[in-house]
Amino acid sequence: MLLDVKNLRKDYQRGSQHFSAVNNVSFSMAQTDFISIMGKSGSGKTTLLNMIAGLLTPTQGKITINGTNLFELDDKQVSAFRNQNIGYIPQGSSLLPNLTALENIRLPFYLTKRENQSSLNYAMELLEKAKIGYLKDTYPANMSGGEMRRIAILRALICRPKLVIADEPTSDLDEESSAQIMALLTEIHQQGTGLLIVTHDNDVANYSQRTLKMSSGRLID
Amino acid sequence: MMNKNQRFILKTLLSSLIRRRSRIAIALLGVAIGATVLLGMVTLCYDIPRQMGQEFRSYGANLLLMPANNQPTMPMTEVKKAVSLLPQDKLLGVTPFRYDSIRSNQQPYTIVGTQFDQVINTSPYWKIEGEVPKNPNEIMIGTDIAHFAKLSIGSTMPISGKSKQNSRFDEELTITGIVKTGRAEDNFIFIELNDLETLLEENNQAEVVEISITATQDELQRYIQTIKDNSSYVEPHLIKWVTQSEASVLGKLSSLLYLVTLVVLILTMICVATTMMTVVMERRKEIGLKKAIGATNKSIAKEFLAEGLILGIVGGVIGVICGLIFAQVISANVFGRSIVIEFYLIPTTIIISAVVTIIACLIPVKRALEVEPALVLRGE
Repeated sequence: MLLDVKNLRKDYQRGSQHFSAVNNVSFSMAQTDFISIMGKSGSGKTTLLNMIAGLLTPTQGKITINGTNLFELDDKQVSAFRNQNIGYIPQGSSLLPNLTALENIRLPFYLTKRENQSSLNYAMELLEKAKIGYLKDTYPANMSGGEMRRIAILRALICRPKLVIADEPTSDLDEESSAQIMALLTEIHQQGTGLLIVTHDNDVANYSQRTLKMSSGRLID
Repeated sequence: MMNKNQRFILKTLLSSLIRRRSRIAIALLGVAIGATVLLGMVTLCYDIPRQMGQEFRSYGANLLLMPANNQPTMPMTEVKKAVSLLPQDKLLGVTPFRYDSIRSNQQPYTIVGTQFDQVINTSPYWKIEGEVPKNPNEIMIGTDIAHFAKLSIGSTMPISGKSKQNSRFDEELTITGIVKTGRAEDNFIFIELNDLETLLEENNQAEVVEISITATQDELQRYIQTIKDNSSYVEPHLIKWVTQSEASVLGKLSSLLYLVTLVVLILTMICVATTMMTVVMERRKEIGLKKAIGATNKSIAKEFLAEGLILGIVGGVIGVICGLIFAQVISANVFGRSIVIEFYLIPTTIIISAVVTIIACLIPVKRALEVEPALVLRGE
């Protein structure tokens, strides 16, 4: 099993009121799975995704990725684990404006120590596969929204993760760009990477093999 | 030699700094001004004793030689030997004094034999009306004597006394000048040392020798020790009121310069901290993103501290150049001399600038580490 989520809960306090953004969520996925989580705004899907990425600590529950309980690791270990095992694609534009497309893709590679390895060839290979090799020396300011999103996806792949998670990968994009993004994500999945996306768009969810629906912090059938 | 990874990290750092060049320029300006003031002031502090040495000598002599072993006089040959132990390039004047009692019109007076060409150097504060004696049988009198005896320049003064051989002398001496010091000298009659020795029938003896030398209090103490170690006829003493006044003026001046430097460094720190805080605020999303894709707190902290280090070193180098010019201009305008540069202060200034900048970055770095990726990446 690639990902196992058990009884996950995340409580917040709003004034004197307690509420659970994610409430008792359990599901699992294999390396070959492509799952989308759907729900309205405020349904808790991004909170769930952030906990799976190790960016938020749950109030209760357990997340196991590739046999490792994420919350048994300390801060440094979680960072290294995320870097090596999870490809995270945040919502919206998430490229560093001072780096070119190629440098943005290579960035995660330099965030943890890797002796005598270079990411240059693999980054170039990814750009060519995504048919955007022409963007390699382009800065984000000169890219379209769809191009930036594709670079962010390739960045998530540079460390060859087992699981890629994406938060609203097609938000704010036109239909054509959305289709290109989903085609790229589908191809990534077909090459053997587990894919978990969060979306509120039915068309996007249709690309996945399985759709989980969320409402008020719970998974519903 | 840098490997590819290090080159990538350096490029990331530099491009990040260049991207916020207007903000970074302000921080850089702050660091450069701090370094300029630091190097300029510290250089001046080091150089002021040298620069002001000659000005301080207007206070008068700072070293006294007296006969050792309770002897009334000391041989001038021994005085010359002692003086030869001092650095000749720093020596401004060596004035021997010989005192004796005489009478003039039945009134007792003290006559002082000295070398007038040296007195001008060791006691520049003497106010002399007329001129110092240049010929035999000429004298200079203190202003109190002039008032008391109603004597003026050009008038003569009869003196009588006994030589060391117990023979009596009577002379009629011409007054060429009247000296006013506000001290004991106002009651003395001054005569050229050779002429007094002729009257006293005694050769090459001095009771006191005043020395004016450009030196700090510590250096003077060292010179005194050297003379003590090498001479049994001569006993050196510090003229404390002079050296203490110098040390006090220098101390106050140095304290003021160091205080100004400290204030400027604190202002530099505030300027850098404020700028870096703004930079961190602007880069919250970037920090959150880096954390989300695997950056540890340590690597985030390292990145900001490295940016601070670059800022500190570049600002320090600019400050060193400006500081040297600043010190040179101040020295030329205030003291009329060029400054001597202590070269070790150059790397020290750059290191201090870097340290100050890094300290200033600590609070912004703490803020950066507190960034929650889940919050800043929500896309709102």
